[in-house]
Amino acid sequence: MKRLLPKIPEQIVRLSIVFILLIGAFSWIWLILPPSFKERKLQWAAATEREQSREVKYAGATICGACHVSEYNLKKTGYHQSLSCETCHGPAKAHTRNPVAVKPEIPQGRNFCPLCHAYDPSRPMGFPQINPVAHNPMKPCITCHNPHDPKPPQTPQSCTACHQSIMRAKAVSPHALLECTTCHTAPEAHRVDPLSAQVTKPSTREFCGQCHSKDSKVPGPPKINLASHHEKYLCWQCHYPHMPAVYR
Amino acid sequence: MNRRAFLRSLAATILRAGVFLGLSQAGAVRAAIENAGPEEKKRYGMAIDIDRCIGCGRCMEACKTENDVSREPFYFRTWVERYVIGEDESLTVQNLGMERYQVAEPINEWDVLRSFFVPKLCNQCEHPPCVQVCPVGATFSTEEGVVLIDSKRCIGCGYCIQACPYGARYLRPDTKTADKCNFCYHRITKGLLPACVEVCPTQARVFGDLNSRESPLTRFKRMKMIHVLKPYLNTEPKVFYANLDGLVR
Repeated sequence: MKRLLPKIPEQIVRLSIVFILLIGAFSWIWLILPPSFKERKLQWAAATEREQSREVKYAGATICGACHVSEYNLKKTGYHQSLSCETCHGPAKAHTRNPVAVKPEIPQGRNFCPLCHAYDPSRPMGFPQINPVAHNPMKPCITCHNPHDPKPPQTPQSCTACHQSIMRAKAVSPHALLECTTCHTAPEAHRVDPLSAQVTKPSTREFCGQCHSKDSKVPGPPKINLASHHEKYLCWQCHYPHMPAVYR
Repeated sequence: MNRRAFLRSLAATILRAGVFLGLSQAGAVRAAIENAGPEEKKRYGMAIDIDRCIGCGRCMEACKTENDVSREPFYFRTWVERYVIGEDESLTVQNLGMERYQVAEPINEWDVLRSFFVPKLCNQCEHPPCVQVCPVGATFSTEEGVVLIDSKRCIGCGYCIQACPYGARYLRPDTKTADKCNFCYHRITKGLLPACVEVCPTQARVFGDLNSRESPLTRFKRMKMIHVLKPYLNTEPKVFYANLDGLVR
């Protein structure tokens, strides 16, 4: 080294080392580091793009109808019209790419439908629910119900076929001996199309007053004065007639 | 040339080279950012109707599948809580995913004053506390108002998980980076619905563009009484709840 560079003064050598290091550092920052390391907006744009390019697994509700026409059209008019095919059949994007090799699942056992339809007091009132233990034990749901057009296999004979939670509450209430039809009138169409043909509720205070007014001749039931007992309200706005716990 | 003149010209050359290189880089950066911006501005949001949720857990299941979330029952991008308010006003909150992955524990309806399910997810806040605390800029809001995580930049320190008032974030066990719901960003940018909205059987979840008057979300907000979680924190969530009970935290 000393023989090669005999003429260059010591201070120039040291300065050029510093110079080379500086060049190296700047070219590292400007040329080698990717721009997304230095500019936050670019980093975020790259992350956004990476996020966008992730694989889609659920194909969406409309694409299934392109091949499965009959199921799609059947489902369109039934109670399951708002369900996506993939709600029950699972992710199907792979199936749309390769319909032969990849098949979505077809849940057939008795443990799938109760995920939605098992009775649970937290579920909203009116949602169709059954007790999986008592409701035709051991039978797969699809033996009686078509999941693409679910409805009761035969017209229900009694109210309790659908309104089990009300039935269970009423059975231990002071109203246990009353028929549903004592207070409600159900149009015949309600049995096949419950949402469009609704059941009546008592619309006057005098209806409950037949037993509960102080003028009533029926012995036993607690009596109130219809004229002074919260006369602005219908009885069932405060008292839930099916449930003794509210019956205070 | 004396030493002073040499040093002066050396410094000038370095400065000139630096300014030139810096300017050319800044131009490229600006061009890239301008090209990346979307043409029409969307602002995504979600609405949840408590009265429609049946607690079936299909959303949790679909979310785990779509986003490759660990199957362990502690990691969720979205989850469903069951609120049970007893006759004695006692409050029990149960995460359907935590306790038993799919089905709710049976409860005795005689002891219940009221009970309902509350689906939860990242609220995609307009002022996200998680973005504020990230020390490396790994989490950020996109132009559409979705809060994303750059998993390559995240160092897994967990500040954001602590900062989120909604408990929406968790540490991915495989990558050891923060993770959370991002409205299925890879789906919504392709015009699909988020996976949880796609599979919800009762349409308890509604997704849409807050900037569009015709979107189902805007219609939902017009028709219903709307509340957000923890409004007093001024995070301005973009997940809206209808028929939300006051006891929900």
